[in-house]
Amino acid sequence: MVSPFFENLAWLIPLLPLLACGVLIGWGVKLHRKIGDRVALIAVAGIAIPCVIAWGILASRVSQTFGAPHEAGTHGESARETIEGPEPFEMAVEWAPLGPLSPAVLSPVTRDLSPAFDGRLKVGLRIDNLTAAMLAMITLVAMLIQIYSIGYMHGDERYPRFFAYMSLFCFSMLLLVLAGSFLVLFAGWELVGLCSYLLIGFWFQKPSAASAAKKAFIVNRVGDFGFLIGIMIIFFHVPSLDIRAALAAAGTAAFPPHWVAIAGACLFTGAIGKSAQFPLHVWLPDAMEGPTPVSALIHAATMVAAGVYMVARISTLYVVPQVAELEVFAGLTSLEIVRYIGIITAVLAGTIGIAQNDIKRVLAYSTVSQLGFMMFALGMGMAGWVAGVFHLLTHAFFKALLFLGSGSVIHGCGGEQDMTKMGGLRKAMPTTFWTFLMGTLALTGVPLFWAGFWSKDEIMAASWAVDQPVFWLGEFAAFCTALYMGRLMFLTFAGDHPRDHSIHAHESPKVMTVPLTILAVFSVGLGWLGMPGDHNLMHHFLGSSAPQIAEHAEHAVAGGAINIAGIEFEIVPLCVSVMAAGLGWLLAAVIWGWKLVDVPRLKQAVPPIAWAHNVLKNKYFFDEIYHATFVRGTLALAAGCGLFDKYVVDGIVNLVGWATTRVFAGLARLADTWIVDGLVNLIAEAQKLAGRFAAMLQTGRVQHYIAFSALIAALIAAAIYVLGGHWI
Amino acid sequence: MVLQQLGLQHFLALSAILFSVGLFGVISRRNSIAILLGVELMLNAANINLIAFQRYLAPPAGLNLVLDGQIFALIVITLAACEAAVGLAIILNVYRVLRTTTADEVSLLKW
Repeated sequence: MVSPFFENLAWLIPLLPLLACGVLIGWGVKLHRKIGDRVALIAVAGIAIPCVIAWGILASRVSQTFGAPHEAGTHGESARETIEGPEPFEMAVEWAPLGPLSPAVLSPVTRDLSPAFDGRLKVGLRIDNLTAAMLAMITLVAMLIQIYSIGYMHGDERYPRFFAYMSLFCFSMLLLVLAGSFLVLFAGWELVGLCSYLLIGFWFQKPSAASAAKKAFIVNRVGDFGFLIGIMIIFFHVPSLDIRAALAAAGTAAFPPHWVAIAGACLFTGAIGKSAQFPLHVWLPDAMEGPTPVSALIHAATMVAAGVYMVARISTLYVVPQVAELEVFAGLTSLEIVRYIGIITAVLAGTIGIAQNDIKRVLAYSTVSQLGFMMFALGMGMAGWVAGVFHLLTHAFFKALLFLGSGSVIHGCGGEQDMTKMGGLRKAMPTTFWTFLMGTLALTGVPLFWAGFWSKDEIMAASWAVDQPVFWLGEFAAFCTALYMGRLMFLTFAGDHPRDHSIHAHESPKVMTVPLTILAVFSVGLGWLGMPGDHNLMHHFLGSSAPQIAEHAEHAVAGGAINIAGIEFEIVPLCVSVMAAGLGWLLAAVIWGWKLVDVPRLKQAVPPIAWAHNVLKNKYFFDEIYHATFVRGTLALAAGCGLFDKYVVDGIVNLVGWATTRVFAGLARLADTWIVDGLVNLIAEAQKLAGRFAAMLQTGRVQHYIAFSALIAALIAAAIYVLGGHWI
Repeated sequence: MVLQQLGLQHFLALSAILFSVGLFGVISRRNSIAILLGVELMLNAANINLIAFQRYLAPPAGLNLVLDGQIFALIVITLAACEAAVGLAIILNVYRVLRTTTADEVSLLKW
């Protein structure tokens, strides 16, 4: 038994990058002035220590998995048993005592069934084998990218701020991966979105970068909306935000299958946004406006991996027996939605990639395409689960490699990104060329040595077993991958010198090439862990994190149980895969390598090709369509609302105001005139009358006065006489 | 005998009649001298009152003869003489200046 030393330090993994971010934001500028570019070492340290911890955790879990006594299921017939690994490690603190929930917020069934939610909101970490693998991958790739950035970002005005954001990005992603509850997952999820906004728009003085950042953020919001709804549905039924509790409850009376399916579809909406799947993929290519290390981080280790990871994490929701047969939308089960969205994305992005000239955009579309592969792998249920995660891990390394390599190329070419102007860089930038070649071979799935072959081929084998049309489409996407990557290689590196003579290419500094080399090693070597055979290490290790529903196995579990030995070896998919990759490379070599085909003349000769090229170059006009519908529609709606507000709402308000002033002012005027002034005038008038009357008495004749006095005296005398004098 | 039958009320009645006549003269006459005459009548009506009350209502005072009312009447007569002298003097002077003794026309001090 290995001590959980590293597991106990797990809380440091997300915290240290956050700390680095805080230090860099607070004192970065000052430190940068004092110690120069060494300030970046804070960020590097902030990810290097978590990297050590993460690999420690991975090592301990590996030794527990493979050193465990239950070796059953590694041989022959018993290979279809559920795989057991070490228990997940959990660590939680109470965050907010909410108190008991009002029954009104829970579903009727849940209310009666369980007081599961004890009113204590907990946040915590959860590490199983999947998390451990992801942590190791993310921290390592992120660390290499950070080191690379030291060289790449040299001379940037906001150098420390860049590393602060990168650290924040790492923190968000690590938080997301470690999350034990949907609450933490969502927090990390949103933070990743925020960081992508900050980093894509890092050079916000460029209008294109600013709008790309906005686009990424807004498009992600669309998906996050569904994600949040999914979480709410789960909380409503399970009364707990804990992921494990939610998965355990899936399909029970409290959490009935149709709700599970809807929740799964909603959560997948979030993944569509985050992992740039088909309808919401438009933000990812635009994200190329950010600095190249950011592209590498987004595309490889963090943001887009988040969606795939989340789907892998909650796969149970898709594959629990009753759900797997339930039609959610347009006659598709939630699992099929995941699968078809994935394959559509893979094919669409793969074809677009062929017609792009910007080196980073080609890679961006290849990322979208590969994410599609992962998604449709996960969308095949148990059969493709390990393959999808495996591809996520290998892809992270070789895509980080390719992006950093392209960054090196751009750096060496003085900021030029157009491939048609490059060429002959093989001699000028040997290290970049060789490492880039490794990444390309891995991505295109060239057999035997390179990681991408093993992971992609496993996806293909799984789809061959589950869904043949998807298999053929996937092979087509793989062919496209080889074609556009071959094109990229030939255009960029082949030949003797750059086509544009203003480019004076030079090799990048060591701080940039060393990370490339390390990534290249992983891009090659990682695949060997997933070699099919009697004992597939990847399957054994990751399998314990796969959806655990063996007890229902007699029902229709989509795609069958996880197989320790990996997918059964099939000769057909293997041959087709190899042929697809080979054909792609061959065609690329014919057109762009040996230049046997003159592209402009071909386009003139065969109009459909020109037409297709135009469509692909414009990315199927997705941006234009979205602009014409959603953007314009939103603007029109806003304008309509504005008019409504201006004329109807304001009109009513003004009318009420006008009427009020009129009525009340009139009333007030009347009251003032007649009551207030009336009283005042009445008093005055009375005084006046009294005065007139009194003035009449003063005649100025003494005799009148005397007469009066006498009269009064007589009256008084009479009164005394009559009343008897008692009243005085 | 006759005197025996005369009571206080008779004197008071005479006094009241005299006073009223005087008052009427003061109020109604325009000539200042006539007004002065009215005032004299009123004063003397009061004198009759004073003496009558002394005569009928004063308590018997034994050997000491008390004549408060009579003395008061004498003072009033004196005062009336002074008043008549001053009044006539004013009237004479007014007459010299304004050539009239009609009270209505002597309005220099009015308002």
